[in-house]
Amino acid sequence: MSVMSGFGVVLKRDLHLAFRNRGDLINPLVFFMLVATLFPLGVGPDPETLMIMGGGVIWVSALLSNLLAMDSLFRSDFEDGSLEQLMLAPQPLWMTAMAKVISHWLVTGLPLTLLSPVLAIMFGLPSEALPAIVATLFLGTPLLSLIGAIGAGLTVGLRKGGILLSLLTLPLYIPVLILGTGAIDAAVSGMAWHGHLLWQGVLLVLGITFAPLAISASLRISVSG
Amino acid sequence: MKWTFFHRMSSPKWFYDFSGQCLPWVGLLALALVVTGLTWGLLFTPPDYLQGNSYRIIFLHVPSASLAMTIYVGLAVTAAIGFVWKIKLADMAVSCLAPIGASFCALALISGSIWGKPTWGTWWVWDARLTSMLILLFLYLGLIALREAIDSRETAARACAILAMVGVVNIPIIKFSVDWWNTLHQGATIKITTESSMAMEMLIPLLISIAGFYLFSLFVFLLRLRAEIISREQRTTWVKALLGAHS
Repeated sequence: MSVMSGFGVVLKRDLHLAFRNRGDLINPLVFFMLVATLFPLGVGPDPETLMIMGGGVIWVSALLSNLLAMDSLFRSDFEDGSLEQLMLAPQPLWMTAMAKVISHWLVTGLPLTLLSPVLAIMFGLPSEALPAIVATLFLGTPLLSLIGAIGAGLTVGLRKGGILLSLLTLPLYIPVLILGTGAIDAAVSGMAWHGHLLWQGVLLVLGITFAPLAISASLRISVSG
Repeated sequence: MKWTFFHRMSSPKWFYDFSGQCLPWVGLLALALVVTGLTWGLLFTPPDYLQGNSYRIIFLHVPSASLAMTIYVGLAVTAAIGFVWKIKLADMAVSCLAPIGASFCALALISGSIWGKPTWGTWWVWDARLTSMLILLFLYLGLIALREAIDSRETAARACAILAMVGVVNIPIIKFSVDWWNTLHQGATIKITTESSMAMEMLIPLLISIAGFYLFSLFVFLLRLRAEIISREQRTTWVKALLGAHS
C-alpha cells in the first residue's frame, strides 16, 4: 500500500466515523452558537456594543468550540488500541496525524466557518465584514486544529486531559485570535484587511510544516508511556 | 575534541559534588550583590524628577521580568538537549526551572502592577508588554500542570520537553502579534519604554541588582536541583552512602 493511499484510508475512516455519529457532528456547532448567544445576554442588547464586539465574540466562540472537539481527536483511538496499530503501520505517523487533523477540521472548522455569516448578521456586523469573517475563519480554524492536536497528543493518555488541554493550548491560540479579529475590525471600519489574512496564511504554512512533527512526537510519548 | 566532559557533566553524582562546592560561593555573591544593589537603589539614589520615589520598584521589577524571560529560554534549550540526548539531569533541571521562572513572572506582574498604580493611576492596562508577560505566566503554568498530571517520570520529561519547545517557537509569534494587537486597538497612550537615557547613578545599582537576582536564581536553582537529584537517585548506592554518612 502506498504512502498516499494510507493517508486516504485514515481520512476516509475518520470521516465515516464522524458521520455515523451525528451527535458529535452537530454538538460543536450548537456549542458555537450557544456561546455566541451568551455574550449579548451578558453585556446587553445594545446594537452599537454588539457590533464592536461581534468579530471578537465569533472568534472566541470558534476557538472554544474547536477546543471542545479537540479532546476527542485521539481519545477513542487511544482507548481501543487502534492508535497503536496506526503507529505500527508502515506509513509515517505525521501523515496519519495530518489525516486525522484534516478530518477533524472538515467536521468542525469548516461547518463553523460556513455558519459564521449567520452569527455576523445576528450581531449586526456590516456586510463588508462578512468576507473577512469567512476568510479568516477559513485560514484560522485549520491552524487551531493543528496547534490543538499537539496538546491533544500530549494529554491523550491522561484521565483528566480536558481541562489540561485547554491550559496548554489556549495561550498558543492567541496569535490566531489576534490576527482574525484584527482583520474583522479593519473590515468593519472600512480599511484594508488583507494584510492580516496574509499573516494568517504565513502562520498556517508554518503550522502545516512543523505541527505534524510535534503531533507525532507527542503521540509517541503518550502511547509508549 | 573529546566529548567525555559532556557525559561527566551530565552524571547526577558528579553534578551533585560539583554544585556542592559552588553553592556557598554563588549564595554569598548573590547575597552581597542583591544587598548592595537594593540598598543603593532604594536608599541612596536620588528620586526621579517625574515619578518621585515610586520608581524605586524598578530595582525589583526589571530583574524579575528579565529573569522570567531568560529562564523560559534556558528551560526550552535544556529541554531540547534532554530530549535529543536523553539526559536525565537535563529533565531534572527543566522540572526545577519551571517553578522558579513562574515565580519571577508572577513577581514581575505584581511589582509592575504596584508600580502602575501611582504612575499610570491604574493597576492594570492591556499594554503589549503586560499582556505578553501574562501569557508567559500561563505557558509556565501549563508546563507545571502537565508535569503534575503525568505519573511516569520518563513520559512527563518527554512531554514537557515537547511543550517547552513548542512554547519557545511560539513566544516570538505571540510577542509580535500582541504588539500588533495593541497598536491596533489603542493608540500608544502609555509607553513604558520612554526612559531611553537613564541616569548613571540609577543604572549602576540597577545593573548590580540584576546581576544579584540572576545569581540568586542560580542559587535557588542549584538548591532545588540538588534536592531533586537526591530524591530521584535515592535508590542508587552513592546516595545511600551519602545519606548514611550524614546520619
